[in-house]
Amino acid sequence: MSTTTDPQQGAFRLSMLLNDTRYRSATLQVIAAIVLALTLFYLYSNLAANLRQAGLNIAFDFLGAPAGYDINQTLIDYNSQSTNFRAAIVGILNTLLVAFLACITATVFGVIAGVLRLSNNWLVRKLMAFYVEIFRNIPVLIWIIIIFTIMIAVMPGPRAFRGDDPDARMILDLFAFTNRGVYVPGPFFTRGIGGADGSWVNWALVIATLIGSFFATRAVTARANATQAATGIRPNTLWINLALWFVPVIVVLFILGLSWDIPALKGFNFAGGLKIGGPLIALWFALSIYTGAFIAENVRAGILAVSKGQTEAASALGLRPGRVMNLVVLPQAMRVIIPPLISQYLNITKNSSLAIAVGYADITATLGGITLNQTGRAIECVLLLMAFYLIISLLISAFMNVYNNAVKLKER
Amino acid sequence: MSDTHAQSVAFVRKTSIPPAPAPSNAAGPVKWMRENLFATVPNAILTIVSIYVIYLILAATLPWILNGVWTTSSLAECREVLQGTTGACFSVLTERWNQLLFGFTYPSDQYWRVLVAFVLMLVALAPVLFFDLPRKLLIITGLFPFAAYWLIWGGTIFVPIVALLGVLVGYLVYARFVAQNFALGFFGGIAAALVFWYLAGFVLPYITPEDPFLLAIPSRDLGGYMLNMMLGLTCVSLSLPIGIALALGRQSSMPLIKWICIIFIEFIRGVPLITLLFVANVMLAYFFPPGSGVDLFLRVVIMITMFSSAYIAEVIRGGLAALPKGQYEAADSLGLDYPQAMRLIILPQALKISIPGIVNIAVGLFKDTTLVSVISMFDILGMIRGPILASTEWNGVYWELLGFACVVFFVVCYGISQYSQWLERRLATDHR
Repeated sequence: MSTTTDPQQGAFRLSMLLNDTRYRSATLQVIAAIVLALTLFYLYSNLAANLRQAGLNIAFDFLGAPAGYDINQTLIDYNSQSTNFRAAIVGILNTLLVAFLACITATVFGVIAGVLRLSNNWLVRKLMAFYVEIFRNIPVLIWIIIIFTIMIAVMPGPRAFRGDDPDARMILDLFAFTNRGVYVPGPFFTRGIGGADGSWVNWALVIATLIGSFFATRAVTARANATQAATGIRPNTLWINLALWFVPVIVVLFILGLSWDIPALKGFNFAGGLKIGGPLIALWFALSIYTGAFIAENVRAGILAVSKGQTEAASALGLRPGRVMNLVVLPQAMRVIIPPLISQYLNITKNSSLAIAVGYADITATLGGITLNQTGRAIECVLLLMAFYLIISLLISAFMNVYNNAVKLKER
Repeated sequence: MSDTHAQSVAFVRKTSIPPAPAPSNAAGPVKWMRENLFATVPNAILTIVSIYVIYLILAATLPWILNGVWTTSSLAECREVLQGTTGACFSVLTERWNQLLFGFTYPSDQYWRVLVAFVLMLVALAPVLFFDLPRKLLIITGLFPFAAYWLIWGGTIFVPIVALLGVLVGYLVYARFVAQNFALGFFGGIAAALVFWYLAGFVLPYITPEDPFLLAIPSRDLGGYMLNMMLGLTCVSLSLPIGIALALGRQSSMPLIKWICIIFIEFIRGVPLITLLFVANVMLAYFFPPGSGVDLFLRVVIMITMFSSAYIAEVIRGGLAALPKGQYEAADSLGLDYPQAMRLIILPQALKISIPGIVNIAVGLFKDTTLVSVISMFDILGMIRGPILASTEWNGVYWELLGFACVVFFVVCYGISQYSQWLERRLATDHR
């Protein structure tokens, strides 16, 4: 029989703070807290001394002052007499716009390239590998500048469209690619609420209709599922769903009187239509092809991660290849693809800050560029800029966690 | 009867027929093409479309490249030579070669110093990258940062020597105490080095010669591709140890340390590198003691290192989490304490798992060094967009210059990623 006794309880010695596991973590944390506090105090005192020396203070009232500069591409009303705060809002909206557009196109490029990299066709496979390697290994800033150069140095000027035998022509008489930007037909409402110019209410109405259609189709599908569960026969929902998507929105657009404003050459430049500026296109397209190469690798990895046995089992059940892909492989691959895909979206949003290199007026260029330079409020501007990007990335990662929890493998 | 029977015996073959070659459409290039290029109708269409795309690309670029001019001294002269035919004007590369590599303010009679540092870098990296080489070479790696600093910035040789001595003092203290207690040895070593540097700071002004052997060159004169390489190499090598520390801190059971690490990592990962470069450019100087005048290169290195260490920390955290719990338990059951377990069992395996991720971060970081051109440092992209394209001789040669930038980045980044794949195969110890 063995007896255990507690170790001799000696008197407390100072070395026990470091050697005794009971105290060690507390000691280390106290040291860390002291070091942290000292560092912060040191930085703060330096900051205070430097600001005093430079005669500056930290104040955010410059946000209310007139900005005094023009922005060539804005989503909301803005002129040079608007406040710096409004300029920052314009920048935020422009950031969100280019990030949103680039996310969509990058996904399209990435999925196509990723699937084609697994093609049976040797040539296509190699071509896509080439695309992925080239675009992944060259800095995105170079891509942005290359495409911007194409936009301003290679595209014809508006002058080239004039004359009886012009050097350049509009595509289908609807789209004009010039070195000042791309002109496309712009939609407007002749019978819209708030006159022919229309207000944002019209577009809100259209979007609300589309959201309504979305929920209606969801309801139809749920009903079809219930019928199938009860009777074993699946009602054909294709035509109902198509009608639900298209009919309401077409009716709404007709009531509002949708019409198109076609760009046309007037004087020295094009007038009418929507102008998409060169910087926006450069940023949008460069971010899309660059991030698309990364997404392609994610998609490929996701599809390869589904074990071959799953495909074989599905085939053994008699499913056709298309349904094997849709019902068995893709749902499982999505679980692997979506998390890195969302961090690629986050990367796009952060990389859109490179807008400053080509003069697209995003938040980095307005708040962090011109406003910072004009007011000299470096600390305030950079802090606000960081806060904006932090909020965006926190929102995206929160969304990602919710999604991950929803689709993760439910195990014992 | 017997005759007829004798003749009706079936023919019996004594030897086997030699195998016939496969039909021409089931062997050789034809079979390969049938299987790989024209398996189905959609496949054949894809092949034809691909061939057309390749044709378009080659038709557009090949005449331009092959007809390139290499020896003129300005764009106008180049156009004269070309006489209106398609052709690249590569002479901008030969004429501005030094500017592209070294920037435009680095004294041209001192270029040899950068080249020596570059060759030394290759020698110093070799034993780190290829561990079949003799381990003695690691001494060169250890000496390289000090030698490179002296070569590139010049000035008195006593600065790198003092720095090296400080590291040696720190190491001696570490070696003296590490057997007793790792934390004591580690922090003691750091403290000893800091104390040594602090004291040497008082002595240094008295022993500095008036006329140093190598001309002192300020950081703002650095530029070109050299700047990209220096930023990339410095920041990656500095951020690895910091990243490991952050990853361990984030896994720590001590809440205060854990939260410091989490807040640091999430904050840095949440903002784009551009805003951190803005911090380096316009804000960081406020946090240094008044009048210290820390130069822009150092400020940029600090911010990029913080940036990449946060990302490396997350990759290593993934590696730590991927290790089976049994490894941690095995280390505990051997009676190892935390530093021993980490150094001997956990970290080697976790780092091996993290290699692909770390290499990804390194490649990404190297590409991101071009961003310093936004805060008006003249790296290769800054040189191209600034002084070269703005000059009267070369206003308008975008494609040659941007293509050159693409090539130099592609070569390095692709090389690194191929190396990492080789390393993964080399380190694969699971015999599957």
